[in-house]
Amino acid sequence: MTKNMIMGGLAVFVLAVLSPFWFNMVTTTQAAPEPELLGPAKEARKCVLDKYDMRANHMSLLDEWRDAVVRDADRIYVAANGKSFNMSLSTGENSCLGCHADKAKFCDSCHTYTSVDPYCWECHTNPKEIE
Amino acid sequence: MMEKSRRSFLKVAGIAAIGLGAAPAMNFAASDSQGSAAAVKAKNPDALHAERWGMVILVKKINDKIAKQITHACHTQHNVPDFTHEVDTQKFPDTRPVNHNQEIKWIWKEKFHYAFPDKEDEFLNEKFHHLPFMVLCNHCKNAPCVQACPTRATFSREDGIVIMDYHRCIGCRFCMAACPYGSRSFNFRDPQPFIAETDPDFPTRSKGVVEKCNLCAERLAKGEQPHCVEAAEGAIVVGDLEDPASEIRKLLRENYSIRRKQSLGTEPSVYYIV
Amino acid sequence: MLEIATKGTKNYWLWIAFLLIVIGAGTVAYLDQFFNGLMITGMSRDVSWGFYIANFTFLVGVAAGGVMVVIPYYLHDYEKFHRITILGEFLAVASLVMCLLFIIVDLGQPVRMLNVLLYPSPKSMLFYDMLVLNGYLFLNIVIGWKVLEAERNQVKPPAWTKPLIYLSIPFAIGIHTVTAYLYCGLPGRGYWLTAILAPRFLASAFAAGPAFLIILCYIIRKFTKFDPGWEAMQTLSKIVCYAVIANLFFFLCEVFVVYYSGIPGHQTHLQYLLFGYHGYNALVPWMWSGFILMAVGAVFLVIPKLRNNYILLPVACAMIFFGAWIDKGMGMIAGGFVPSPLHHVTEYMPTLQEIIITLGVYAAGFLVLTILYKLATQVKEEVGG
Repeated sequence: MTKNMIMGGLAVFVLAVLSPFWFNMVTTTQAAPEPELLGPAKEARKCVLDKYDMRANHMSLLDEWRDAVVRDADRIYVAANGKSFNMSLSTGENSCLGCHADKAKFCDSCHTYTSVDPYCWECHTNPKEIE
Repeated sequence: MMEKSRRSFLKVAGIAAIGLGAAPAMNFAASDSQGSAAAVKAKNPDALHAERWGMVILVKKINDKIAKQITHACHTQHNVPDFTHEVDTQKFPDTRPVNHNQEIKWIWKEKFHYAFPDKEDEFLNEKFHHLPFMVLCNHCKNAPCVQACPTRATFSREDGIVIMDYHRCIGCRFCMAACPYGSRSFNFRDPQPFIAETDPDFPTRSKGVVEKCNLCAERLAKGEQPHCVEAAEGAIVVGDLEDPASEIRKLLRENYSIRRKQSLGTEPSVYYIV
Repeated sequence: MLEIATKGTKNYWLWIAFLLIVIGAGTVAYLDQFFNGLMITGMSRDVSWGFYIANFTFLVGVAAGGVMVVIPYYLHDYEKFHRITILGEFLAVASLVMCLLFIIVDLGQPVRMLNVLLYPSPKSMLFYDMLVLNGYLFLNIVIGWKVLEAERNQVKPPAWTKPLIYLSIPFAIGIHTVTAYLYCGLPGRGYWLTAILAPRFLASAFAAGPAFLIILCYIIRKFTKFDPGWEAMQTLSKIVCYAVIANLFFFLCEVFVVYYSGIPGHQTHLQYLLFGYHGYNALVPWMWSGFILMAVGAVFLVIPKLRNNYILLPVACAMIFFGAWIDKGMGMIAGGFVPSPLHHVTEYMPTLQEIIITLGVYAAGFLVLTILYKLATQVKEEVGG
């Protein structure tokens, strides 16, 4: 194997590895959407965790919640800020969607932007969608 | 020399990879300990408790109409798909034809000799042949399905309810082979097109997981009686088997009761008074 | 060593291409199952395991059968098996690859497969099955590869392979014992609830595995210059002979217990398989042909004159192989589920799509087998063994 071949191969490899950057250079990028607070959430201003913690860790919290509900039969979450919540995505007013009224603007906008497709909604129903 | 260093590099890289995998979990644990140290998870104060939940079915009080009511109440409110339901082709355009042998059921009526195949007597009282026996998960004390599950997706709760974690089920169906009562169903397909009206208070299931009766754990947690009890017009009683003062213990004290396939040692928690 | 597999005759490449086409068809069929669920199979609420698990069970046996060449050669220094030991080990590797693929295609939620490792459940037999199957696969890959590599370089295999070889023997017995335990520990399934199940599985494994190995020896003789040795094949055929007789004997023990005791929960399954139950009899012709194939095969092999016949031997082996496949595959799985625990009868037959996926898995296994055997035979030719 010659030196040139190795260098050529390396160059191709580096180009390929950086492909997401090339892709973003040729396509237009949009700013990350802000989740919109609508419904009761707009007035409440107090969620389960503080805003930044929630942004970074809501998936881990939900994972913890589902184990608590399904496996330990605990259903109430008394947060550090003293407020208590129903550990549920969509049932009742005290659940995630009970407060954050609009799933499309609260959950989906960010998930779509980051190409995340959580399978929660295969089974849990958005009360809005039923009618 | 070359060989050596490559090996040690791979080792370090491997350890680093493990570290990367664990990092998010550790970060979260760390943030949890500062941010929400006081957060607690608790039961609903109205929740009903029992040391071991059990059920008594008063067979004589059930007729075909009540049997239908029971199944209907349970299935509609748990979003159990009904494969006879006509699919809305606008919403679900590419729904394939149904194999009715792949149906899903939680509680349904059976004839005596199917519900109790080992108690099939030659000269059985004629009326037994016509009584509808409601069958469902027995929430066994020694549940073979719990033992079989390779992921602990099916497990026994402290209060005796045998329940499923649909998030964890891998769909191996070992539990279905293990259950001596045929109480389990598998989602061979996406159930959505066959749910006439989705009840928002209970999730549906996805394809590829097993499901069964959960003794309405979601209702007991709110302090309500199971759907079947409400629909049965007094023919089904649910209560604490370990509490001598409970209504079901009183019923069991005063009446002769039978259980399904008792000889297998699974200790079913569903009793039939005939 | 792998570079050997990149050079071959036209026939070799035609065969590889054929296998790839079958794998492709299987993959397309599987993708449809992946997106639409197991609804495309013939399985049902009552018969919740079918063709995939049946073939899985049978192939665990073929994999375990490889130990029938390992034991004589490594424990008893039976020199005649020197040439074919590697064939037995590589057959085990290919069979185990198929076994694992069958488990994966049978899962309703294959993407959650690793939950078995994330939430280990030591009470579940499936947990142990996963351990022994992967352990045995790993052992055979390492042992086969190292021993063959040593042979190619004409040196002794590294000393550390010896303990692994000895370890592989209990693992071989283990994979099939644990696979039997999957079934025979379930309280409500009368057909499986019998202590003879694991011995029966092992007997049929030690018949089907070596029988297939003999057929493979014929193929190797035809297509390569490597000769596995007629005497080795003769010894193998004796192993097949006694194993299949043991298998039939165990089955007859089961038949006696079931029919003489007359306990309905146990009897109805055999009744369904052998004579039909309440007019349902889809598997009756299969079961009888399975047992007739095995019995006639056993007669062929027990008579020295017939066994020594170069033309008859592969025929007898094929009969035993297919007989065992019917008995342990379709019969064992569907028979356990019919009638259901409530004594309803739902019969089972695989759908076309299910069969295509199954063939795809088999083709993947044969691809692995072809490549490994290509390496083994070429190395043996090179060193003039």
